Amino acid sequence: MRNQLSRTIQTTIIFLVVGGVMALALGGYFSSASNLFTDSLVNLQFWFSSRFVALQDFFTAPRDITSLRQQNAELQAEVAELQAQVIQLQQQVGETQILAALVDFSRARPENTYKAAAVIGRDPSPFLHYIIINRGSNDGILRGMPVVTNQGLVGRVDAVIADAARVQLITDPASMVNVRLQNAEEEGALVGSVTGDVVLQMIPQDATIEIGDLVLTSGLGGGYPPDLIVGQVVNVRTRDFDLFQQATVQPVVDFNRLQIVLVIVNFKPVDISPLIP
Amino acid sequence: MRNLIAFPVIVLAVILQSAVVSRLTLLSGFGDLPMVMLAAWALQDNVDSAWHWAVATGILVGFVSGIPWAVYALGYVLVVAMAKVLRMRVWQAPLLAMFSVTFLGTVLVSVLSLAVLRVFGVAIPLQDAFGLLILPGVLLNLLLAIPVYAVMRDLAHWAYPSLEVE
Repeated sequence: MRNQLSRTIQTTIIFLVVGGVMALALGGYFSSASNLFTDSLVNLQFWFSSRFVALQDFFTAPRDITSLRQQNAELQAEVAELQAQVIQLQQQVGETQILAALVDFSRARPENTYKAAAVIGRDPSPFLHYIIINRGSNDGILRGMPVVTNQGLVGRVDAVIADAARVQLITDPASMVNVRLQNAEEEGALVGSVTGDVVLQMIPQDATIEIGDLVLTSGLGGGYPPDLIVGQVVNVRTRDFDLFQQATVQPVVDFNRLQIVLVIVNFKPVDISPLIP
Repeated sequence: MRNLIAFPVIVLAVILQSAVVSRLTLLSGFGDLPMVMLAAWALQDNVDSAWHWAVATGILVGFVSGIPWAVYALGYVLVVAMAKVLRMRVWQAPLLAMFSVTFLGTVLVSVLSLAVLRVFGVAIPLQDAFGLLILPGVLLNLLLAIPVYAVMRDLAHWAYPSLEVE
């Protein structure tokens, strides 16, 4: 009995000590000593993530079946090392194309300063839509900074550690973005859902909304910079007994294939929560 | 020293969950590898550190997730408790116990997450949550259960070698 008790205490102490050291290291408190540890953890996750994305692209990207078969027949003669090289090169080409598009995007908006980050994971809970990126407070990332791609708005930074950050996507059920319709000059609130659909709410009944209208951030509330592209209206629901109209929005960003994103590091979000009664 | 094996295994499970498993979706749901791993670990004979594993895994998953860590810590501790009870009841059919714990554990952790999100004001329709997230998650976890059970059984035999002479 005493042995069992002492073993349990010993196990608890080991878990507490190792867990505490890991928590402090992840928080950046052992900056120089823990860099090796956190870097290797982030690199390990990046390794898994990049290999998985490469494999997923390899199997799911649309290709010409005939050339694929021919290529497949040729590749049968190749050794496993060469196959790995092909996958790696394909991934590098994809990444280069994405980076080129992101560079074009950042050149088109010189007022913003961007920090590129790779998507290395997603939230373990299916109820939330968050991604994990491989840039953190060591790279100047702060909570609340907007995250975009060359296509449009992705979300904003929700939590930061030394070498990684968690980003809340605009499709998250708890996300709300103040937006405006480009053509109608009407403002509304864009809300996410568990299914990944985004719905435009709080549009006045007398506003005229057309399918295909472009939805942009309004900048209201100070959470996001204005005029970032969010999506297009695909469906409008107007009912006489409702106070507001609703519209379904198709986001311009494909959230299932996010690989590299840009964090706008010179934007300081305004915290208006103390003003809310 | 055998307790130290917990940390690399848990860290690896959470990394795999975040980088791979959460991208393999069925409808909008996906599997919960750390939960299945814990269930399999708690069902092994001689394993006496499952409670510690549950708390450590809960804290680490909560650290990565937007859901408060206490939800996962509590959920995983309850999964281990269920596994311990079922191991005593259906000890002759470990795979049946594994499937039962996986099914009940997935529902339990999901309902806990859903309840806490509702408390925090995140409106998630129950019908969508069950139809698109929880039930697909249950199916994927049941698919994960067999290989994960086999791996954890081998790990338990390595970490806790039986004292019985066969």
